[in-house]
Amino acid sequence: MEAPDAPDDMRVTRVAGTGVAVRGDDIDTDQIIPARFLKSTTWEGLDEFAFYDNRRDDNDELTGEHPFDRPEHQGASILVVNENFGCGSSREHAPRALRRWGIEAIVGESFAEIFADNCKSLGMVAAETDAETVSELQTFVEEHPDAGLEVDVAAERVVYNGREVEVSVTETMREALVQGIWDTTTLMRDALDETREVARELPYVEEVE
Amino acid sequence: MSERTLYDKVWDRHAVQTLPNGQDQLFIGTHLIHEVTSPQPFSELRERGVDVAFPKRNVATTDHIIPTDPATRDERPLEDENAEQMLSALEHNTEQSGITFYGLNSDRQGIAHVMGPDVGATQPGTTIVCGDSHTATHGAFGAVAFGIGTSQVRDVLASGCVAADKSDVRRIEVTGDLPDGTVAKDVILKIIGELGVDGGVGYTYEYGGETIEAMAMEARMAVCNMSIEGGARIGYINPDETTYEYLRGREFVPEGEAFAERTAYWESVRSDADAVYDDEVQVDVDGLAPMVTWGTTPGQVTEVDQPVPAPEDLPEAEREAARTAQDHTEVTPGESMVGHPIDVAFIGTCTNGRASDFRQAAAVVEGNEVADDVRALAVPGSTTVKQTLEDEGVDKVFETAGWEWREAGCSMCLAMNDDALRGNERCASSSNRNYVGRQGSKDGRTFLMSPAMVAAAAVEGAVADVREFDTEGAL
Ligand code: SF4
Repeated sequence: MEAPDAPDDMRVTRVAGTGVAVRGDDIDTDQIIPARFLKSTTWEGLDEFAFYDNRRDDNDELTGEHPFDRPEHQGASILVVNENFGCGSSREHAPRALRRWGIEAIVGESFAEIFADNCKSLGMVAAETDAETVSELQTFVEEHPDAGLEVDVAAERVVYNGREVEVSVTETMREALVQGIWDTTTLMRDALDETREVARELPYVEEVE
Repeated sequence: MSERTLYDKVWDRHAVQTLPNGQDQLFIGTHLIHEVTSPQPFSELRERGVDVAFPKRNVATTDHIIPTDPATRDERPLEDENAEQMLSALEHNTEQSGITFYGLNSDRQGIAHVMGPDVGATQPGTTIVCGDSHTATHGAFGAVAFGIGTSQVRDVLASGCVAADKSDVRRIEVTGDLPDGTVAKDVILKIIGELGVDGGVGYTYEYGGETIEAMAMEARMAVCNMSIEGGARIGYINPDETTYEYLRGREFVPEGEAFAERTAYWESVRSDADAVYDDEVQVDVDGLAPMVTWGTTPGQVTEVDQPVPAPEDLPEAEREAARTAQDHTEVTPGESMVGHPIDVAFIGTCTNGRASDFRQAAAVVEGNEVADDVRALAVPGSTTVKQTLEDEGVDKVFETAGWEWREAGCSMCLAMNDDALRGNERCASSSNRNYVGRQGSKDGRTFLMSPAMVAAAAVEGAVADVREFDTEGAL
C-alpha cells in the first residue's frame, strides 16, 4: 500500500545533540528501570527512574558517578551502548524513561528485539554498529561531552568529530521513522474490514460475522 | 505447499497486509491483558475516541502487583495505593469494553501465562500477544506467541493487530533421556548456557526432538517460557496428542465434533516434515545434571556439581561481565555451587508455578523441614493451580515443612508487591531472571534452578544437589 500522509512533525530523519555513554553488555530492563517504578497508570515522572539503582549507593543516595548524573552530560540526546541492550522484559517504560530523560537516539552494538520495537513505537532511533565503532564513539563522548553528534537515520550514519561512521537501522524502523508512520494504531485500524476478512477465515474465531 | 514451518503457516494465515514500512500487519487471535501494561493504552484509546475492535479476542487477569499474603489478599482498597489504582483501572477498562476479566476474587485469576493455558485460551495455530515478554510460554502449544510493548497493546486493542517483522527460525533439536533429578528447567538453562543470552536475537526458536516430544505440557511451557532469556522473542513446539489431550475439556476449547474439527486445524499447522529452517542446533541431554546460575544473567549457569568458572577461563568477551557478576553474587570460582548459602527459597512464577512443579518439589519438601533462618515461599501460578494442589493436599506438605503457602501471583519474581528480597539476601528461585535488582532489592542475589532444586536448597539452607534426596521417581 501507499504511505499515508504523515504529519511532518512525526518524521524522524536525524537526531543531533551531545552524547552520553553507558558501558556494558546485556544491560537489562530491570537496570534501565526497576519494576517497582512501573506502578503507575500514566507515563509521568519516568525520567527520574532511569538507571535508578545504578545511580545510587547503599543508602539510596545519588553517587553522582553515573554518566546520567555527570554535569557534563546533562542535556545529552544520543546514548551510546554495547551489546544486547534492553534485554529482559517488554516494559516500554524502559525506552520511555530514557526518552523523558532526553535521549532521542541510541547507538549500540545490538539491541533486544522488544526493546528496539518499543523504541520505534516512540519514534526513537536504535542504530547498530560494530564493537570497535561503538567503543571509539563511547570514548569520544566521554572525552568530549560538549561535542555535537548527528545520527542521520535515512543515510544510516553517525557524524562526529569531522568523520562519518556507518551504522545500521533496520529497514522497518528506518522507514517508519523517516516516513513518520511509527504510530501504527490509526494505520492498522483503518484496515478493519480487511482484518475482519482474515479473522473470518480462521477456524477458531467464531464471533466475526 | 510443503517445506513450511509452523511459524510460516500461522503467520500467513494471520497476515492482513504489508504496511508501508515493510512490516506485516498481523491479526491477533488472543490478547492477554494484565494491570501493569494496560492502563495507558486504554486511556489513549479514550483520548483518540476509539473502541476495542475485537473484545472477545481479549482476556484479562491480574498478576504482577497483587498481594499474595492470604491475610490481606481480599482487602480492598489494596494497601498499596498505586497497586489499587492499577487494579481498579483494569476492572473499569475491561468492564467498559466487554472484556473477560479474571479479577482478584475469580477462581481463574493467575499469572497471564499460567491462566491462558488453564482456561484453554492458549491454543495451537493461534497468534497470542501480551504486554509481557514471557508470552513466549504459549508457544508450547504451537501458537505464535510473543511479548509486546505498551504502544503495541494500544494497537491490538484498537485494531486487533500488531505490526510485526518476520524473523528467521532456528530448530533446536533436543535428544537424549533426561536423567533422574533433571527437568525441563535444566534443559532450557542448558540451552541458554550454550547459545548465550543474545543467541536467539533475530530468531524464533522451534524446539523439537525426542526429549521435547516426551515432555508433558507443563514442562514444555517451562522451556518455551525462557526463550526470551535466550534472546528469542518466540519459542514454540509443534502440537501433538499431548497438546490436544491437555486442551480437551477446558473452557475455551470446543467439545464433541467441534473439537475434532479444531484438532484438524491444529494438525494442519504443524511444521512440514521437510520444513526448511534458517539454522539448526542439536542439544544432547544425556548425562545432564541439575543446573544452577552463578551470575547475574541466565546464561551464567553451570551444572550443580561442576565448578563455577573463573573469569579468566572464559572467552575474553565474557570475562569482565563474569567478574562483575561474581562480585555481586559472591560465589567462589573453582568450587561448585553446592553449599553456597541461601536466605530465601521461592517456588512459583510463569516458568515453574504450575501443579507439576509443586508436586516435584513436594517430593523433596515432604518430611524435610525448611532450614532455620530460611524464608520459604510457595506461590502457585494461578488460583486454578492452587486449588488443584490443595485438593491433593500438597499445600499441607509445604506448610508442615515450614513453607508459606500463598495466593496466586507473580510475587517475588519481580517484587512489584510486598514479596521482595531485603538487603543482600540470597534467593534460590524457580523464576526466570537473575538480573541485579530483579527481586526487589538492588543488593539481592538470585540463583535460578528447578523447583525441586529450590526445595532442596530450602532444606539445606544452601544450594544442594537434589539427586541426593530420595524423590522416588517424582523427577
Ligand atoms: S511470573 Fe515473573 S516473569 Fe512471569 S509474568 Fe510474572 S513477573 Fe513476569
